Amino acid sequence: MTINASKDLYAAVPDEQGRFGPYGGKFVSETLMAALAELEVVYSNLSTDKHFQQELDHDLQHYVGRPSPLYEAKRWSDSIGGARIYLKREDLNHTGAHKVNNTVGQALLAKHMGKKRVIAETGAGQHGVATATIAARLGLDCVVFMGETDIQRQALNVYRMKLLGAEVVSVTSGSRTLKDAMNEAMRDWVTNVDNTFYIIGTVAGPHPYPMLVRDFQCVIGREARAQSLAQTGRLPDALVACVGGGSNAIGLFHPFLHDESVAMYGVEAGGHGISTNQHAAPLTAGTPGVLHGNRTYLMQDSDGQIMDTHSISAGLDYPGVGPEHSWLKDIGRVNYVVANDDEALRAFHKLTKIEGIMPALETSHALAYAETLAATMTPEQTIIVNLSGRGDKDILTVAEIDGIVV
Amino acid sequence: MSRIAGRFQQLAAQRRTALIPYIVAGDPSQDATVPLMHRMVESGADIIELGVPFSDPMSEGPVIQQAHERALANGMCLSRVLELVQEFRKSDDTTPLLLMGYANPVMYMGYKAFADAASAAGLDALITVDIPPEEVDDINAQLQRVDMDNIFLVAPTTPEERISRIAAGASGFIYYVSLKGVTGAGHLDMEEVTQRLAAIRRHSQLPLAVGFGIKDADSARAVAAVADGVVVGSALVNAMAQTLADGGNSGQAIEAVASLLGEIRQGIDSAAS
Ligand SMILES: Cc1ncc(COP(=O)(O)O)c(C=O)c1O
Repeated sequence: MTINASKDLYAAVPDEQGRFGPYGGKFVSETLMAALAELEVVYSNLSTDKHFQQELDHDLQHYVGRPSPLYEAKRWSDSIGGARIYLKREDLNHTGAHKVNNTVGQALLAKHMGKKRVIAETGAGQHGVATATIAARLGLDCVVFMGETDIQRQALNVYRMKLLGAEVVSVTSGSRTLKDAMNEAMRDWVTNVDNTFYIIGTVAGPHPYPMLVRDFQCVIGREARAQSLAQTGRLPDALVACVGGGSNAIGLFHPFLHDESVAMYGVEAGGHGISTNQHAAPLTAGTPGVLHGNRTYLMQDSDGQIMDTHSISAGLDYPGVGPEHSWLKDIGRVNYVVANDDEALRAFHKLTKIEGIMPALETSHALAYAETLAATMTPEQTIIVNLSGRGDKDILTVAEIDGIVV
Repeated sequence: MSRIAGRFQQLAAQRRTALIPYIVAGDPSQDATVPLMHRMVESGADIIELGVPFSDPMSEGPVIQQAHERALANGMCLSRVLELVQEFRKSDDTTPLLLMGYANPVMYMGYKAFADAASAAGLDALITVDIPPEEVDDINAQLQRVDMDNIFLVAPTTPEERISRIAAGASGFIYYVSLKGVTGAGHLDMEEVTQRLAAIRRHSQLPLAVGFGIKDADSARAVAAVADGVVVGSALVNAMAQTLADGGNSGQAIEAVASLLGEIRQGIDSAAS
């Protein structure tokens, strides 16, 4: 086997300091440094341990329901008349989104470290639900931090978490969304670091989280790559995924990074439009800075204060992004684009009507961009869109926007 | 000699422990900060630690979080904090001043620009909560260029071999975070603090200050018996916030801080004697 130079490039990050080029690192208080060092050691031992991998694969197959299908959206593709679009069906996973791939992995780490309590931050509630689910299965105490605003707009998921036995803590500081939930989770972790494992829900946070969450999510891209070869006899021409913190996107992209013919598009939340400043698109409109333990593109003002974000989807409503995406942007390997609230809503309705698949509002951003992209391509070409989650949790939000009382 | 080293030397000669109050610049108002600083010096402060407000103060408990939010709502920003430092220096050229904050505002201003502006304003040292030794090289180079101390934190979870590495790069003093938790938490374990300070002393000659969880004269007295400096934050910020919430004006809020600080000073001095 020959290893080409670009493959080495992507395998070389993060470095020992957790850096992806100038991004990433470990910007946390001293109290957490020992816990991060311990996690690094445990992860580096277990990630090469055959028994751990078998345990993980077993859970992914029998509990999560993997592999997830790669489904050709024929009616949708026909309606556009351009490239053929395939959907990687992460919505069919247990709990309804890609989040569980990572949660299963981190919960296994927690189990091996003997931690009896897990905490998580959540925006849309999908990561919170996935964490509460695994905690129920393993008999761990579980506390989920969620911004007050998100608790209101994702009420169904809040109740799901409670049914699963988790405590949901309403966060009322700052903008009362995902970033504040993450602040509060960090505060809890620093206080209970001896007995608590912090299950971060995306490829953000201090090293080693961006790396280990990526590794756990790469199952998406590995499967999709093999499925594409099996079903179409070739690699896709383009990949599209929405980017909140960036975990479903990196999970799909990473196994294809060295396939130079495959173009990649990460779709950020354009909110009311980039020009309105009410969006959640740090890669498109932000600048580098430090938040939540890593250096990355952020939405910040001229004093380095983190700005409030807006997105119709709670899971994308975050002012930062995983550091690996910042690096992939700078080196030009991945294109980062936006879809606005109204475009995402249209895509939500369209896929529901034309394919009988109701996507999450987060995912709908990827679908909206894929539709635009497909129209510029030919029927001989294919696109894989990461269908990161199902839309049941968003029904009340959509109904409200459409003026319907359920 | 730097103001910080000089102050600790002078206190050591008097066998006294440094009292280091923390307030957030711009809380409760931009105008109140400099008068409050002077009043704290009159009430027994040896060094002043000024919090730089940040939108995401991850290491703070609710009391100081709210102070950060109030200060930002009052239009506080890092360059304005440095202006307040400069204003304070017009009538006090001896009290050491340090800023405590988070990486991002300093990084956004630029380490070089910050070091230049801060040293021109008369600042003595910086503590950034979320820049551990692993990430410190760039900012250290700039602070050293202008002879400013970068104060390192040691936590209850810091292993001893790491303490020795931290001590090797430290200057000014070492700040021991007395508990696992956020500012304002209430579970100070004096036995553990005593043991940990002894461990740090095995690796460093620098003065040791202790912060987080010290809230009154009693806890300050206990810590002063084993440390060279005592940092008090949440209790002062809370005294101010309570006075205002009860309908008091800004002058009364300043006096509430002064009176609590005076009690804590007495507590500390009674430990020394
Ligand atoms: C279905 C779904 N997709 C995407 C996201 C965004 O997260 P990430 O960018 O980490 O994939 C979320 C987050 O809550 C989600 O629930």
